[in-house]
Parts: sequence; structure tokens; C-alpha cells
Amino acid sequence: MTGRFRRLDETDRAPVRLTVDGSDITALTGDTLMVAMLANGHALRSAEFGPERRAGFCLMGACQDCWVRDADGNAFRACSTEVAEGLAISTQPLTADWAVAP
Amino acid sequence: MNGQVVIVGAGPAGVRAAEALVKAGVLPVVIDEGRRSGGQIYRRQPDHFKRSYDTLYGSEAHRAAAVHRAFDALLPHIDYRPETLVWNVAEGHVWATRAGETEAIPYDRLIVCSGATDRLAPVPGWQLAGCYSLGGSQVALKAQACSIGGAVVFMGTGPLLYLVASQYVKAGANVVAVLDTSPFAGRVKALPKLAEQPDLLWQGMKLTLALKRAGVTVLSGMTPAEITGDPETGVSGVTIRTASGTLRHFECDAVAMGWHLRPETQIADLARASFAFDKATRQWLPEIDGDGRAHVPGLYLAGDGAKVLGARSAEVTGELAALAALADMGVAVDKDRCRHLRAERVRYVRFAQGLAEAFPWPHQFVADTADSTVVCRCEGVTAATLRASVSEAYATETNRAKAFSRVGMGRCQGRYCGNASAEIVAALRGEPVECAGRLRGQAPVKPIPVGTARTDV
Repeated sequence: MTGRFRRLDETDRAPVRLTVDGSDITALTGDTLMVAMLANGHALRSAEFGPERRAGFCLMGACQDCWVRDADGNAFRACSTEVAEGLAISTQPLTADWAVAP
Repeated sequence: MNGQVVIVGAGPAGVRAAEALVKAGVLPVVIDEGRRSGGQIYRRQPDHFKRSYDTLYGSEAHRAAAVHRAFDALLPHIDYRPETLVWNVAEGHVWATRAGETEAIPYDRLIVCSGATDRLAPVPGWQLAGCYSLGGSQVALKAQACSIGGAVVFMGTGPLLYLVASQYVKAGANVVAVLDTSPFAGRVKALPKLAEQPDLLWQGMKLTLALKRAGVTVLSGMTPAEITGDPETGVSGVTIRTASGTLRHFECDAVAMGWHLRPETQIADLARASFAFDKATRQWLPEIDGDGRAHVPGLYLAGDGAKVLGARSAEVTGELAALAALADMGVAVDKDRCRHLRAERVRYVRFAQGLAEAFPWPHQFVADTADSTVVCRCEGVTAATLRASVSEAYATETNRAKAFSRVGMGRCQGRYCGNASAEIVAALRGEPVECAGRLRGQAPVKPIPVGTARTDV
């Protein structure tokens, strides 16, 4: 699958596997989570205040557009988090019951 | 002279400041938000990457290598805190957070080298996926060897626009067009000031030529009309009005946009620096003397975080600020060196004035932002809502307008809408932009986790 980002160089790195919305994707060691997701897909999350999908903006930790969550609700700023084997990321909005204690 | 010096930032300014202190026997704490020193401009690629300095930094490769080497040599002597965010300054302490733990670090002298981010103008559709800040598009290439898309339009103004576009071409990316809001005539008029840095001027001309030779459409004096696309799939193109008034459309799946840079002044603000309006860039800047001293005793500002003068100047002002701090601590400093650095800084200031004239912030375009255009990308707030805060709620400046409209209150804390908000508010009130003020820095200057634990008590 062609993603939003295009790799131009440095493709000779060991693969890292993770899942996004339950689908397996393969990234490369040293990728940011943002590059891992956008080399394989087109967005990181949905906007909370509009109809559009979001894919980050500043890539330097200033705009906070690229926060994503894993299945347990842990938040990651995708542009400044290195990808790790086995991450399970959800790009879907939080559901109303997410914050309710068990 | 056993005062504790804390440096915030490890770009070219922070590195040279630390070096000057260590040379004088003063060992600073250096707090860096990055994983490794270098800042944004000399950002280092991850360990597994193999591209050369020449590939990464082009004509500035030797400068990048020298800054990296200088800092690596300091590591045994300094208290270096990478991946650490300074989010507040209060009562002689900087509040620094790393991995969910926060610490109040005391200082006697604070040297803030906080760098800059892109200055953005709202364009209809810029909230779509596939729009990136110009600096962000450069980070994608430099730090990750990626293009932000399969067909990229560069839009905005300033030298960085041409630099990043040509770096993309060189790396093999598909660059569709470079679209500049500044008219070409302004560049000719600014030539005497730009000639302060003849090699940079020559570099800029060569880059533009190379872009044209590579078949990239390069337009000056254009006006953005719309970034087209779909909420689900993102950007599909850019429509602009050319200098001669005709509409042109460029198909693309990514847009890199930026109108020069704006200093990151929140930390200086929280440290109680005073601010003055800078007419040339239409921004409020922290006030410093020629060596970088703020009006608050013990506070020094250097690099692009004080005034955007570029990476070369950041090395100069970083060293100057450290020498000023040392002199204020009663340490003997080399006066000839200070004089030399001050003279260098003056040349960079003149060059920056030339850039501001050659690549002006398109304030009228921003003031004319259509009511339906999103001004705040974070929360999708339109210009109409911002204007209503003035016309219906009687906001008189940008902080009040923020309280009513939420423009400046979202995730980015006004970094990417603040300049535009001031222009829109001032224009509606029929006042000069300085009357709209500036968004005040608020702690935390970036989000920190709710569960952050304090470790120093």
C-alpha cells in the first residue's frame, strides 16, 4: 500500500512490525511513529473539531497535531516517538466509555 | 563566581554558549528537547542512518559538523539533559520534564536558546491532511529521509522556501511548484543589505536557478486562493492567483507552507523578559542589549529564539550571551572577542533586514482572510468567529480575542495562528498590528502528562 510519505533513501534498515487499527504494518528501525504510519497510510487521527483526517503538521514537537494512542490509551506524539516492535495504534476517536474505570 | 548557569536549547546558539562557559571553567546544565544536540537546523539523523554531512546539510555541512563536534567534546564537562522539556520558569527555577518526571532546577543565570518555528498564514484548506509546515517538510527529509508526499507544492516566502524545495529535488522527490507571495522586485531592492552575506545571496540565486532547471514552476508575487482536497483523503491541489491576476491550479498530494520563521519566546516571556514591537517583521520580540542581556538580571537570550537571524548568527549570539553572563559573574572575558562578535551580529542583523524586505510577511493577505477560512488549525476556528470576538464581544487585542474565540487556545498554544490573529484583529479595529498585542506565554509551554511526578522534593 502506498502511503502519504515517500521514502527517498535510508531504506536498508531492519524491519519493525506494529499494528494500526488492527492491521499489520511494517516500518524500519529508527522511523518515527509518524513516518511508520504515514509510509503505510494516509492519516494519524481524526480531527476533534472538524470532519477531516489529520496527518501532523510541524514534525518538530511544536504543533501537537500528531498525538496518537495505543489500545490501552497511552498517548504518543508521533513525530518525536521512535517506533517500537509490537505497538498497537488506534487512529479512531476515543469512545465515551474509554475513561471509565473498570 | 560559582553561580549555576542553565542553558535551554542545544542548537547552534546553545552549543556555542555552553562551549564559552566551559572554556571559562563554568559548567552549565544544558536542557535539550531533542534526542541529540544540533537543534532543528543542524538536527542529527538517527543512529541507523548513513547519509553524509554533505548530503544532509549541503553548503553548511562543515558548520553542522563543527557544532556537533564542539558539543560532543563538552559532554564530559556539562550536565546534559536531552529529551527534556522546559515548560515553566518561576522564582529562579526552570521546570523541566522528562519521561513523566519533572524537576525544578535552580539557576543563577539562565541562557535561553529556544529557537524558532515556522510563521504561518491561514490559507483556505490548510487544515487538510497533507499540509505541513515548511520546516516540518525539511525535518521529514533530514531526519527521516522521506518526502511529505508524492507530488509536493512549496508555498510561502523566504529563503527556506527555496532551500527546502531544492533539497527535495536533490533527494529525488517530485516538486511540482515553488509559489512565493513576495514580488520579485522586492528582492532586487533589498540587494544592498543582502550583500552583507555574499555567499548566502549567491547560494539563494543558485538554488532558484537549479529549481527552474529541474523543471519546477517558480512563481513570485502570487496570492494563495485555496488548498483543494477532501476531508477523508486530504490535499489534492493548490489554486493560486498569479501576479498578473490569473488563477492557476497545481495538482499535488502535499503542501509545505511557511512565511519565514517566528521566535519561540514563551520561556523568555515566563522568565519576565520585556517585549518590543519589531516593525520590519511585524512581530513582538523580547528586548535584549547587543550582547543578549534581557531587562531581567541574570536572563540572557540568544539565537533565533531572541530574533530570527539564522544559524550562523546563532553561533555568534550564543557565544556573546555566555560571555555577557561570565562578565556579569565577574569573570574576565576577552574584550576583543566580544567586539568581534558584536560586529558580526550587526552584519547578520542587516542581512536579516534585507531578507525581511525581500520576503515580506503578506500582512494584507492575512488581514483579508475570508470569514470561512480556518484560522486556528487546532480547533477549526474560522476567521468569522475570530472577528465576532471583536465586533460582538468587544475584544480589543489578541489575548481577549483568544478568550472569546479560542484562536490561540488549542494544542499549538497560538504558535501557528498568533501572528494571523493579531493581523485580523488589528485590521478589523482599524489599528496598527502592534495594537493587537501578542499572545502571552503560558505554562506549560507545551503539554505535559497529567500524571507527571515531581522528583526534586
